[in-house]
Amino acid sequence: MIALENISLLLSGIPVLRDVSLRIPPGQTLGLVGESGSGKSMTALSVMRLLPDGAKLSGRVLLEGRPLTDLTERKMCAVRGGQIGMIFQEPMTALNPVQTIGDQVAETLLVHGAARRSEAREIAKERLARVGLAPERFPLDRYPHELSGGQRQRVCIALAIALRPKLLIADEPTTALDVTTQAQILELLRELVREEGMSCLFITHDLAVVAEMADEIAVMKAGAVVEQGPTGALLREMRHPYTRALFDASRHCPDRAPIVQDAPLLEVENALRDYPLKRQGLFGRREYFRAVDGVSFELRRGESLGLVGESGCGKSTLTRAILGLEPLQRGAIRLDGEAVSPAMPADLRRRMQVVFQDPYGSFNPRHKVSKLLAEPFHLTGRPADMEARVAEALENVGLQATDADKFPHEFSGGQRQRIAIARALIARPELIVLDEAVSALDVSVRAQVLDLLADLQARFGLSYLFIAHDLSVVRSVTDRVLVMRGGQIVEAGETEAVFTAPAAVYTRELLAAAPVLPTA
Amino acid sequence: MVRYAATRLISLGLSLMAASLVIFAVVEVIPGDPAAFMLGMNASEETVAALRDELGLTGSLPARYLGWVTGMLGGDFGTSYTYRVPVSELIAARLWVSLPLALYALALSTLLALPIGMLAAARRGRATDYGIMGLTQLGIAVPNFWFAMLLVVLFAITWPIFPAGGFPGWENGAWPALKALTLPAVALALPQASILARVMRSALIETLGQDYIRTARAKGLTEGQAIRNHGMRNAMIPVLTIVGLQFSFLLAGAIIIEKVFFLPGLGLLIFQGITQRDLVVVESVVMLLVFAVILVTFLVDLAYALVDPRLRHTR
Repeated sequence: MIALENISLLLSGIPVLRDVSLRIPPGQTLGLVGESGSGKSMTALSVMRLLPDGAKLSGRVLLEGRPLTDLTERKMCAVRGGQIGMIFQEPMTALNPVQTIGDQVAETLLVHGAARRSEAREIAKERLARVGLAPERFPLDRYPHELSGGQRQRVCIALAIALRPKLLIADEPTTALDVTTQAQILELLRELVREEGMSCLFITHDLAVVAEMADEIAVMKAGAVVEQGPTGALLREMRHPYTRALFDASRHCPDRAPIVQDAPLLEVENALRDYPLKRQGLFGRREYFRAVDGVSFELRRGESLGLVGESGCGKSTLTRAILGLEPLQRGAIRLDGEAVSPAMPADLRRRMQVVFQDPYGSFNPRHKVSKLLAEPFHLTGRPADMEARVAEALENVGLQATDADKFPHEFSGGQRQRIAIARALIARPELIVLDEAVSALDVSVRAQVLDLLADLQARFGLSYLFIAHDLSVVRSVTDRVLVMRGGQIVEAGETEAVFTAPAAVYTRELLAAAPVLPTA
Repeated sequence: MVRYAATRLISLGLSLMAASLVIFAVVEVIPGDPAAFMLGMNASEETVAALRDELGLTGSLPARYLGWVTGMLGGDFGTSYTYRVPVSELIAARLWVSLPLALYALALSTLLALPIGMLAAARRGRATDYGIMGLTQLGIAVPNFWFAMLLVVLFAITWPIFPAGGFPGWENGAWPALKALTLPAVALALPQASILARVMRSALIETLGQDYIRTARAKGLTEGQAIRNHGMRNAMIPVLTIVGLQFSFLLAGAIIIEKVFFLPGLGLLIFQGITQRDLVVVESVVMLLVFAVILVTFLVDLAYALVDPRLRHTR
């Protein structure tokens, strides 16, 4: 049993957590949900006492009745990894790249003096097998870079549970993973919690995931728990308006009245793209990896077309080819009848713009918004009314004309994504490629941006190619959808038809793996 | 791993070939007659012709290049015009001073810098860190010959523990030779250690922000254990790069220190070669230094692969 009693936290004088109280009995999972900055991760780090410098913690954390908050750092080290295990969001970077997975799992046992070196390796082997990495296929001397994201997260779980801790903290453990991998990892966590009788603190922003995982849910907002209760009852009743708002935002479906013309705007015909691999030996034959394998589709004017698939399916390669950033080996891409290629004329480029996922990385931080927005004008030449165009673009995405004089860091993530949309819009394109454009946003912000996109589509007759891994979002904003796997399109059709009656086996797997919010 | 080493080895060979071509071109092909250059303005036609003959400047360019390269491969670097002895003998004698000096200085610098850099990284943002950073700043800013003179005043004159200069040779025992090299090695090592400590600190601080350090802390490692078990090895790549560069510099760039301590090293040899217009010596020593630099780069590349399994990538 783990109990948090009135935990409050100040980070350099700023209150981050206020009177957080939680209890998790053994074998139970508590889902902690909330948007970014709500204090979910800080709650976990307060339990671990792994807080940044200048943190002031008050209140009590009790593990089986023993207060952790008074322990010395040395005693706390014995608790971490021993009685509390923790896994994190980014399996790609959470493991030391220069140490074998066996050593990293065994280290948990060794630093706590729980086993001798030879025994530790045996236990590590057994624990890795328990999380699904059988020693025949995944020997202990593998390095992290030889494993996939899901396999690495399994290694992280193995090292967190190596000493059979009483509490497992999972901080967004599946956010960076594909849906099918996510489903497997969630299943594994559920089994482990049950079998080992651990308490589990499961942190996520995804209500659908928490609804599947947790026995009890606590909703956090601005450092405080606003509502808490058994999963079923909480989702049924939703007493706190914030819980309801969060729930509505995650299922938000913008009002769309698409006017789709018959004429195709974008045509992709039998597209094929190979990447050369490393030669086998000095004079060996060069092998190729076929990233896009004979893809054909049409996107009509005024239409929103979804493109879904898991990482490595070829979405990104196809997107780069459609944007004319990389050549195709075979096949053709045409925008309004004109050939798209890296050598295409500037005006054709102007007619097709893109919004990327990361609202933080996609702007030069030293440029003002006015300069960032004016970038597409290098394709057209600077118009005389450039300032008016910048102001207009900002107002079109719900920002102020005066924002042009600000720098990117003065905006929130959602506002930055609006700036990215304004940058795409300013060139007056016909097609906007939305490459995971809302994936990094909190649900409430995501709902607003989806509304904005629907509004812009109606006003300017835009066509969207909507690339995403989040199936529920694709379902709510697209007219037709393509499902991609292994470089090929395995299914294409009207969005509702594909989601209600998937024809391809893979689409069915994908839909089955995606966590679904219970209807309220 | 074997394949990685093989490709590095091939690149080593190609680099050597390119470097030898450049050196050959600079010394022999670029306008101006090397023989006339070596003899100065007042030399008579006949002496220049005789020297041309002696230097082997009479054949065709490819033949001369091949002759030079095959000679070097067989250990024949030609005969010095001023010393009238085979260049290989000159180099061998100097190498017995310069190589131990470089290794000595490098060992001192590494042994000094790594713990200091680690300490600064572990105490980042605190007084210890600021103190160390200030000292290393001083170590970089102050020229090494000034350190050298200070060391002579302190440890050769005030407290005569070490000789003030000269080199007794290895044939009189290792101890006097090492003693003679100690002050120069310390003078060379101090600025190098200052640079290396800063590189170590920043590389380590960067790795300490990585997610796997957080994982290590969550496993129950103390901050010190996390630095030792996970931070160090990941921070080694930039450190190895600098160590490699420093060794190359120490081998040839010790000329001022050699001058201060009257050490007959490679730096002085090349300096004398240039002032006495002894192109045979210059050409050979430069080629030797280039070889040393390329060899060190190769060894550093191998060390990278030992440190980072992603570079081996054999499976």
